[in-house]
Amino acid sequence: MADPMRIRAQAAGDKATVRVLMNHEMETGQRKDAAGKIIPAWYIQEVSAQLNGKTVMTAQWGPAVAKNPFLQFMIKGAKAGDKVSVSWADNKGDKRTDEATVT
Amino acid sequence: MHTRRDMLSHSAKVAAMLASIGMLPSLAHAQAAGYNTAAFDAKTIPDLMKILGAGTPVESKDVTVTGPDIAENGAVVPVGAATALPGVKRMLLLVEKNPSVLTAAFDVTDAVEANFSTRVKMGQSSNVYAVAMMGDGKVLFAKKEVKVTLGGCGG
Repeated sequence: MADPMRIRAQAAGDKATVRVLMNHEMETGQRKDAAGKIIPAWYIQEVSAQLNGKTVMTAQWGPAVAKNPFLQFMIKGAKAGDKVSVSWADNKGDKRTDEATVT
Repeated sequence: MHTRRDMLSHSAKVAAMLASIGMLPSLAHAQAAGYNTAAFDAKTIPDLMKILGAGTPVESKDVTVTGPDIAENGAVVPVGAATALPGVKRMLLLVEKNPSVLTAAFDVTDAVEANFSTRVKMGQSSNVYAVAMMGDGKVLFAKKEVKVTLGGCGG
């Protein structure tokens, strides 16, 4: 579904800053199309991040998060070589997971 | 099913059956498990706090909200919520004048810092709040006014 997420995870000391750019329309369900019909809401509802397989962060999003969402957060205790994976699930039941290695 | 009456009653039975297992097309939301829909429907901050079972938020210098003073494009406003306080359970990002106040909620574990940045849509100039829900039940917030020159909801 959609294009892969771009994930960059950089270690600095004992923390890693993770930046993710996801591909998603994030429709609020408030816009109307040319015919005047409401475009249905379609947005990421849950996001989670794992470090080496263990969940370190979960988030719930509403439709107000911008299109092609950007997310930045910091994982403690991550070092170079660790695997970070980020997953999202949207309100239509689509999901996606991508991973990156901490540099 | 050779009379119209039979066919209609059959359709009604099938619809009732589908409704009972939540499969009717009008329920267009597939709810991801654990998603707090009611919280994302809240229209005002006090309503949201009631839905989340939280107390009245108290302004605090220990919570920071980051964002531009003026956002050129309301569809993409970079905002952040952070706190250095220990014992945070969740960080929320609220846009006061949006149709639904809650934009995002981040659960904080020991493995992450309570520091999140993302981009949000703002329908109009409004206050943006970063709320920290603490493990002991306290709710702390910081707010910042962000002016928007072009609203972000496509309306």
